[in-house]
Amino acid sequence: MGFLWFWLVAVMIVGYVVLDGFDLGVGVLHLILPRTEAERRATLASIGPVWDGNEVWLLAGGGTLYFAFPLLYASAFSGFYLPLMIVLWLLVLRGISVELRNHLDLGVWRTLLDGVFGVASALLAIFYGAALANVLRGVPLNAAGYFFLPLWTNWRPGVAPGILDWYTVIGGLVAIVALTLHGALWLTIKTAGDLEQRARGIAKPLLGLLVLLTVASLIATIAVRPASLDNYFHYPLTFIVPVGVVACLGGIWFWNHGGQPVKAFLASCGYLFFMLAGACWGVYPSLLPATTGAANDITLNRALSGPHTLAVGLAWWGFGMVLAVGYFVLVYTKFRGKVDVEAESHS
Amino acid sequence: MSPELIHRLHFAFTVTFHYLFPQLTMGLGILIVALKTVALRSGNPEWDRAARFWGRIFAINFVFGVVTGIPMEFEFGTNWARFSELSGGVIGQPLAMEGVFSFFLESAFLGLFLYGEDRLSKRMHWFSAVMVWLGSWISGFFIIVTDAWMQHPVAYSRLADGRFEVLSFWQLLLNPWAVRQYLHNMTGAVVTGAFVMAAVGAFYLLDGKRQVYGRIFLKVGVIAGVIASILIIFPTGDLQGKYVARNQPAAIAAMEGLFRSEIGAPIVLLGQPNEETQQIDNPLVVNNVLSFLIYGTTKAEVQGLNSFPRDQWPSALPLLYYAYHIMAGLGTWFVLLMAVCAFLLWRGRLYTARWALWALLLSFPLPYIANTAGWMTAELGRQPWLIYGLMRTSDGFSSTVSASNGLFTLIGFMGLYALLGLLFTVLMYREISDGPERKHPAQEASVMAD
Ligand code: HDD
Ligand code: HEM
Ligand code: HEM
Repeated sequence: MGFLWFWLVAVMIVGYVVLDGFDLGVGVLHLILPRTEAERRATLASIGPVWDGNEVWLLAGGGTLYFAFPLLYASAFSGFYLPLMIVLWLLVLRGISVELRNHLDLGVWRTLLDGVFGVASALLAIFYGAALANVLRGVPLNAAGYFFLPLWTNWRPGVAPGILDWYTVIGGLVAIVALTLHGALWLTIKTAGDLEQRARGIAKPLLGLLVLLTVASLIATIAVRPASLDNYFHYPLTFIVPVGVVACLGGIWFWNHGGQPVKAFLASCGYLFFMLAGACWGVYPSLLPATTGAANDITLNRALSGPHTLAVGLAWWGFGMVLAVGYFVLVYTKFRGKVDVEAESHS
Repeated sequence: MSPELIHRLHFAFTVTFHYLFPQLTMGLGILIVALKTVALRSGNPEWDRAARFWGRIFAINFVFGVVTGIPMEFEFGTNWARFSELSGGVIGQPLAMEGVFSFFLESAFLGLFLYGEDRLSKRMHWFSAVMVWLGSWISGFFIIVTDAWMQHPVAYSRLADGRFEVLSFWQLLLNPWAVRQYLHNMTGAVVTGAFVMAAVGAFYLLDGKRQVYGRIFLKVGVIAGVIASILIIFPTGDLQGKYVARNQPAAIAAMEGLFRSEIGAPIVLLGQPNEETQQIDNPLVVNNVLSFLIYGTTKAEVQGLNSFPRDQWPSALPLLYYAYHIMAGLGTWFVLLMAVCAFLLWRGRLYTARWALWALLLSFPLPYIANTAGWMTAELGRQPWLIYGLMRTSDGFSSTVSASNGLFTLIGFMGLYALLGLLFTVLMYREISDGPERKHPAQEASVMAD
């Protein structure tokens, strides 16, 4: 049961990263790619009808985590109090700025809203990456399973780290580069003409950077927490995960170069999936490792809800997710095809 | 200030602000379906345009609801960690269901409703309006189930370490408290939707512009308004009051300002509860009515606060009393106003009765106040319990988050939300003064068909 719920929650988090990931990436690119107002509108129109639904994966995933592993939710959310409050500010500002821009003809203020949207998207990507790195590195849990992290201490991972240290900053960089690339590939699918060319063009240096950062993050993870490799050596078959990461990176390059944007985008989804799955597998069966000694780890069994709760949860979860996926298929097929830059300039 | 107080204020402030938006979307959701239904049947483009206009208002409120709702979900973990650790297995469940069953639905169909009019058949567009309405009402349902479990815990057992787990899906969802609360609360949302629609209609007529739309809005707003204003008192408010009296007797005593148990207890219409002297100052009372309202007979005994140990009295007694009286007092005004307007509408005189139009226009903030006061009643009445009878509020907040950190982020939210409130006002003003004739939103986000 615990194993099952671990992967159900993981799947929802992957769903969130893959889906909201591209609109975060588009948010970042929206600062640099478009050259005209029409292009800017086209860039935003490519995520307009879907970004909100994508964000729901965060809530649905968070809720599932909450009832399946309440101790983890309680401990992590109160321990990461300050960064989560920053994340909330960013989510609020991002949602408001993208909608406001479409509703109000604000002249010069529009530039400000565009800036807020782009910067909030970029910072969110960085925070998500850093958050994941915090989990991989571990936090100073006490015996009751709680902690409280300051934003930074001495920038070194150790027994008493902060949210930001050199290791978690690497995590943040991986995330922003990966999601910006993900967004660029989405734009090559959804836009046409010059904008599409520029999106395809920028994907190349981003991919190069991502390869370097991916390698750096792997080395750093092993250095910070050597135990991350234990599961892999126990079950050597699971080295398929790093192989998958490499294959997906190759796929992005190959298909982006070959003008097959949908396949390149799917390869990027695969990359995100393998990176996250690899990270989960690296800590399993801990959910939140402790820097204060493995006895304090929040493990799966310790955080798991009672059997009745899980049985009730299972009764509706599958049904609900089938419905949800159905809505997504409906929306994405209704809005498939490229955004028309020309039409954007007339409206 | 103590950490407990800070965390309570943190939650109270953010949720009160959040609920300003969903109450309108849930109310408008059903009214937009009504507009679309008339449009579909009559083929009259003005009703379609009216629906599109309210769709835009809905969309703005939706976004504000979304961005202020996400902090709520987080706060269960950030500010109420010990509560979440123990009860997450139960209340996490409806919260997760809310995401899975309603937010996915609502966001998907809202996108189709707003941007997809060109790509959908008329029927399909009507259908997406229905789904948006359902989505918002399902979302309201799950959040009420969550709250109702804290008010009146059912279908649970406790593990050896004290954690709660849920025993039955249906008993959790069909908690009798939740059913009553849901009916009353959703009716309250329709009251807000109806008053806002009628107020915009009244504004257009008084302003002398867009008469056609002014009339449509008034007609729909007043008809919905009179129905909802009656339903909110009877049967929904009545039902809920009786249930609170049976299950949270200390809360009802405080709400009504009944310090001493009495047979043939009076209802207090006006007056100020005085905690020192334990009586109502300047009372205006009607004898026997409270006994009758709760038990159906004037002879029944109603327990006063003196029947309960002091440490089980709701902690913010006067505030609770006033909140309850504000809700009920406004409810009375709503019925009066809407009944008069409905009568005028029926006689064909509403559109020219300027005094009635002014009254409608000026009344639009009142349902917001009534709904907020209603929630304050429910939440303050639950005190000092976080989970009624099982866990005290003082045992639930995050003990690792200091009062000063909590205050810091509370101040942050106050600043951010002040900005949001300002932006929201500008946006609404813009939409309302642009009016329904504005171009079709589908043109704004046109997407080339493949
Ligand atoms: C337009 C809004 C509105 C109006 C006019 C009324 N209510 Fe209300 N009331 C609500 C909106 C509301 C609410 C916001 O929906 C609440 C808060 C929690 C809930 O379930 O509904 C509520 C709660 C609530 C409670 C529960 C308190 C608790 O849980 O401790 C009672 C007993 C009543 N109401 C009774 C009434 C009566 C007798 C009314 C008529 C005179 C009335 N309400 C008018
Ligand atoms: C939108 C409507 C709501 C409003 C206006 C509202 C209002 C409030 C207020 C005023 C308080 C402070 C009580 C006090 O400090 O004495 C409070 C506390 C709280 N409410 Fe609500 N509430 C609403 C809905 C909900 C819902 C739906 C839930 C559950 C899902 C909930 C859960 C809580 C919790 C956990 C606290 C903090 C603990 C406490 O003080 O009891 N509230 N709310
Ligand atoms: C009576 C109290 C509440 C009601 C009736 C309510 C209802 C709604 C509704 C209808 C929406 C959809 C957005 C909209 O239409 O504006 C919404 C948004 C939201 N609400 Fe509330 N809410 C309440 C309180 C809360 C509380 C206490 C929480 C915390 C768990 C919460 C969490 C959310 C979230 C996360 C969203 C964003 C949804 C999205 O992304 O689409 N709400 N709420």
